[in-house]
Amino acid sequence: MDIFLQQVINGLVQGSLYALVALGYTMVYGIIELVNFAHGEVVMVGAMVGLSVIERLAARGDTGWGVIAIGVLVAIPSCMALGLGIERVAYRPLRKAPRLAPLISAIGVSIALQQLAALIWGRNYLHYPDVLSNPQFHIGGAVITQVQLVILATTGILMLLTWLIVQKTALGRAMRASAQNPSVAGLMGVNVDRIIALTFLMGSGLAAVAGVLVGTYYGVGNHTMGFMLGLKAFTAAVLGGIGSLNGAMLGGLLLGVIENLGAGYLGSVTNGTIGSNYSDVLAFIMLIAVLVFRPSGLMGERGSEKV
Amino acid sequence: MNKRILIWLLCLAVVLALPFGTDALLGRSWVRLLDFALLYAMLALGLNIVVGYAGLLDLGYVAFYAVGAYLYAMLASPHIGMHWPLWALLPMGALLAASFGAVLGAPTLGLRGDYLAIVTMGFGEIIRLFLRNLNITNGPAGIDLIDPIQIGGFSFGSSHSLLGWDLPSIYSYYFLFVVLTALIVLVSYRLSDSRIGRAWAAIREDEIAAKSMGLNTRYLKLMAFAMGAAFGGISGVLFAGFQGFISPESFTMGESVMILCMVVLGGMGHLSGVIMGAILLAILPEAFRPLSQFQQITFGHVWLDPANLRMLMFALALIMVMILRPEGLWPSPVRRRELHPNDAMPASAQKEGP
Amino acid sequence: MPRQLIPIVLSLITLGLVSCGKTSAPNSAATGEMTVLIGASNPMTGPQAHLGKDNENGTRLAIEDANALGMTIGGKKVKFELVSEDDAADPKTGTIVAQKFVDQKVSGVIGHLNSGTTIPASRIYSEAGIPQISPSATNPKYTHQGFKTAFRVIPNDTQQGGELGRYVASKIGAKTAAVMDDTTQYGQGLANQFEEAAKAAGVMILTHEHTDDKATDFQAILTNIKAKKPDIIFYGGMDAQSGPMMKQIRSLGIPAKFITGDGGCSTEFLSLAGTSGEGAYCSLPGMPIEKMPKGEDFKKRFNAKYGEIQDYAPYCYDAVMVMIDAMKRADSALPAKYLPELAKSNFDGVTAHISFDDNGDLKGGVITVYQLRSGKWVALETLGAKP
Repeated sequence: MDIFLQQVINGLVQGSLYALVALGYTMVYGIIELVNFAHGEVVMVGAMVGLSVIERLAARGDTGWGVIAIGVLVAIPSCMALGLGIERVAYRPLRKAPRLAPLISAIGVSIALQQLAALIWGRNYLHYPDVLSNPQFHIGGAVITQVQLVILATTGILMLLTWLIVQKTALGRAMRASAQNPSVAGLMGVNVDRIIALTFLMGSGLAAVAGVLVGTYYGVGNHTMGFMLGLKAFTAAVLGGIGSLNGAMLGGLLLGVIENLGAGYLGSVTNGTIGSNYSDVLAFIMLIAVLVFRPSGLMGERGSEKV
Repeated sequence: MNKRILIWLLCLAVVLALPFGTDALLGRSWVRLLDFALLYAMLALGLNIVVGYAGLLDLGYVAFYAVGAYLYAMLASPHIGMHWPLWALLPMGALLAASFGAVLGAPTLGLRGDYLAIVTMGFGEIIRLFLRNLNITNGPAGIDLIDPIQIGGFSFGSSHSLLGWDLPSIYSYYFLFVVLTALIVLVSYRLSDSRIGRAWAAIREDEIAAKSMGLNTRYLKLMAFAMGAAFGGISGVLFAGFQGFISPESFTMGESVMILCMVVLGGMGHLSGVIMGAILLAILPEAFRPLSQFQQITFGHVWLDPANLRMLMFALALIMVMILRPEGLWPSPVRRRELHPNDAMPASAQKEGP
Repeated sequence: MPRQLIPIVLSLITLGLVSCGKTSAPNSAATGEMTVLIGASNPMTGPQAHLGKDNENGTRLAIEDANALGMTIGGKKVKFELVSEDDAADPKTGTIVAQKFVDQKVSGVIGHLNSGTTIPASRIYSEAGIPQISPSATNPKYTHQGFKTAFRVIPNDTQQGGELGRYVASKIGAKTAAVMDDTTQYGQGLANQFEEAAKAAGVMILTHEHTDDKATDFQAILTNIKAKKPDIIFYGGMDAQSGPMMKQIRSLGIPAKFITGDGGCSTEFLSLAGTSGEGAYCSLPGMPIEKMPKGEDFKKRFNAKYGEIQDYAPYCYDAVMVMIDAMKRADSALPAKYLPELAKSNFDGVTAHISFDDNGDLKGGVITVYQLRSGKWVALETLGAKP
């Protein structure tokens, strides 16, 4: 039972990170119906920028959560600028183009960011400096560390904030309107272009925080870390129902827990034939299953395809 | 008419003389590179059917390459101990890849562009992960000591004497690949101008309109996947025999993206453009090699890794091509008109082939 | 019509420009002098570039030393020349480099660095009859393909995994073990060898888990392992994974001892694992440079010219020297002539006494076990048959 609890705790922590990134995917898709392939890479940039900042501070001898916070504060505007730039340069010119074009452009952006990061930071796995003492707490027979608690708290607060902005503010109303019907929203006086840019801004900001948290949690940063993370976060968004904020959050947590339980028990359940090295395959299969059998996801509306 | 025949003869002469010329100018390893480039050309032509003709963005195309390669590797090497001949394995590879194409395509039939791309990407990764983890495919170690390709008694893997002249194995492979590429080009050309080709074009432009005109879009999409996959499988079989060694590392998503780049940058749907894209992108890594040597000599350290630089250039090229010239660098005039509907039509516009 | 010619013209121009990058063929002067080309293939770009450069430096030092001796082979004065290429640790590029070397008619090849590139390239060298000595590829398969031209001057993973397996049973006193690998040729091979040897020595293997060489989150697997309470955890794989893995092991509160192979025996592991790495064990093939027969002297000279030794430079040095020694004894630099002499080598190198068994493996290979103490790797013991 302890082991089960441990897996669930790990799963929730990992899942909340997925949820944070999934919010970015779902908001962008809701408004311009494009899968922002580059979003995972924006998370990676956040992690790497944070890494550089934290490295500098650690070299001076600073330690503690303040260092991490400064890293986050520097990463956020960087990622926001990046997100805005991507939207303006690679997506906006292609809004009226045939379906294939913005998709290919998105793939191009994703690869370009990866390669730029490799050129700037190198291809090695870089080390997130040890600036935290990270005490452990015991719940039953399971262990939860301070970092894990901070991740849960931070992601929870951010998700709440996002939900509040989207549901309770005028800006949020404009966002929801643009997502429902951009042309009519425009007629109602909403500057749709501006709203789209703001959506990217918000998503990228969340991505920055997620990036630094991931780097702190696992202790490594690398130019390839965005790909798998982005794919899994997208799976989470689809699982929960793309376009739905609650869906993204639920999907993220669910995916994290399923992945951990799966990796932990897959080997024992299948008696060694399918081991934990298949856990990535599990994520992909889930994605395909959801897209094929229930494309609207768990919390999405069952609608017919918009023509 | 005469001009056309002249051009064809010129091209034929260039193609036949290319290995000899390259060897003399650049050295034999470049001829080997040319062989790889032809394999990529076959792959690009296959993906061209899926992406260029039918408009389906397949991001996991390399899986069919892997299927063909592993089939040949398992049945023509000491791995299981079977040594089947090429005339059996080549069609088997094509068929097996085609069935994989149909199986992978089936669940995606109802999906739209974005989702289709991601699902195909997922499939590509799943196949690679399985190849990497299954015992029968020898896991990450891959399969080596694969039989070189043989037709009749003629082994492509060893050098031969032809009329007193030396014919090294990479030359033999070159001519074999040229023949097969030409066959694939022929099939693609006939397809594009057939009922199926025109049906694919209809789906590409507006699927709902196509459906309402009575086209069986499900069947047509499956056909596109299967045919494209078949070509990929053929290339895979040849690859395994040529390199003598395969491992899951050769079939990553990066490769799928490379092949996509070749099709998109070269000219989606245009056969000459696709082949040009394939050859250009295949030889570019070697062309970048002097850059790293230059950096080593000047700085003693490689600051800008040419592999990353190269991929960065591809990615930026993709974005720019999509924004400025989505029909590719060497498109068919029909396609260019399609994608720039607001440009004035030149007075001398003739209808040329794809 | 002109439009169709443009791409052809462009391609021809590209070909022309690119031919500037072609390396020129060696000139064998008929003036009683000859140039002997020795090829070296290493990853000069990418994450292992520092190791590749290190290898190249070791090879270069040997060639310079050999030239300084002013040798005569077959009646001609000999000048050795290094041809260094970048294989980017990629198997396909490795085969292209191998083809290049064959075209340039090198007399021998020192390389490649990784097992993944060495093995496919070895077929090309074997078909061309060019002797190949790898200073760092440890996968056993390399010398078990039946190629007469494949040699190595470093112990292979069979020896490494085997010795470690016996070590944990006898010296660490472990009764139970959990094994993990990264599903690569190197990691899985090493882990399997370890498991076999440990089992034979009486250790009970509780589970064998797999991850991959890109993963950073092992908590699900480790939680599973925690439930089984093993005495030790063995990981076959690289430091990029074993570092974070070590951290997660300790933060999950798993008390087991951690053992890994040469992939984790690096300074990278020290920084990635941080304080949680204390007490971990790793192994390196061969012995610490200070214990090598001519190690201290080599270290001094190498440091003076190229700086710190990363890993395999002394092995590269020995590989070149053993090759040249064989050429001397055969009195010829032609591969066909000196290959039999190479197989019969009996040479006192910097790293060890070098002689090859029937497969081309190093006879009498040893490995050294290290432990992380106070943030540094400390050599504990050297294991293995002494020649």
